[in-house]
Amino acid sequence: MTTAEKYVTAAYCVVFALVLAYVLIMALKLQRLERDVDEIASRVSEENAEEAPREPAHVG
Amino acid sequence: MARTRIPLPVLAVASLVLVTTALAFVFFVAPNDANQGFSQRIFYFHVSIAITAYALFAGAAWKALRHLWKRDPRADLESYVFVHQGVIFGTLVLLTGSIWAKISWGRWWLWSSDQLVLFLVLFLFYCAYFMLRFSVDPGPQRANLSAVYALFGVVLIPVSFAAIRLAKDIIHPVVFTLKGPQFGGWILVTYCIAQVAVPVLAYTLYRLELSSKRLDIRLRDLREVLA
Repeated sequence: MTTAEKYVTAAYCVVFALVLAYVLIMALKLQRLERDVDEIASRVSEENAEEAPREPAHVG
Repeated sequence: MARTRIPLPVLAVASLVLVTTALAFVFFVAPNDANQGFSQRIFYFHVSIAITAYALFAGAAWKALRHLWKRDPRADLESYVFVHQGVIFGTLVLLTGSIWAKISWGRWWLWSSDQLVLFLVLFLFYCAYFMLRFSVDPGPQRANLSAVYALFGVVLIPVSFAAIRLAKDIIHPVVFTLKGPQFGGWILVTYCIAQVAVPVLAYTLYRLELSSKRLDIRLRDLREVLA
């Protein structure tokens, strides 16, 4: 491999690495957002369960 | 009128196909340059990324103008994401440019080149945008200050672009003149493919970041409502 070939390869690897790093950061962020959605969904379902109307009980 | 937008998966596939095609042309189709030999192959992505970075900063200024003029509620976030993308692509310009400079001139950086220094000034100007934005509490004041700053930065784009043409001691090569591109054949074809591929990739990343930021804001609002 000549010096020019090494430098050209390095330049394209830098571009690839930076874009890949960016996509990985975005993927991690989306994972966090997914966890947040799950948390909110579980809170909403808990609140709905608490507010659900009770069945009238037969006395006597 | 509702805006029709290209779906994100379609953009992602288009980016992948175009960037792969561009790389195939760069390494297997484009001939070696008569003067610079193999090292000239950095040119295809370096120039495409530089023009894309200018376009992203111009996009940020356009959205900033829309925020200040039309009071478009989406414009502030869009302007911020454009600046963020512009800084990422600006970093790539500086890195690929330095590597190319090392092969061609034997130096990583030349302070005597107006084009290089002015691009660095433009890059640092937009880096400082984040310091300004995050030093102010979220709200209309932050949006207005950020918009004015992004709008001022647009002045540096034509200065940076024209510097190479106005400079007397040209070190940085000039490949686009008023007579058109100073190359042809497969070099021009490869450059055109790269020049389409890189902005499509940038737009895909822009849309991806914008979607995640909007989702983040909506989730925060939802959490506040539930609290």
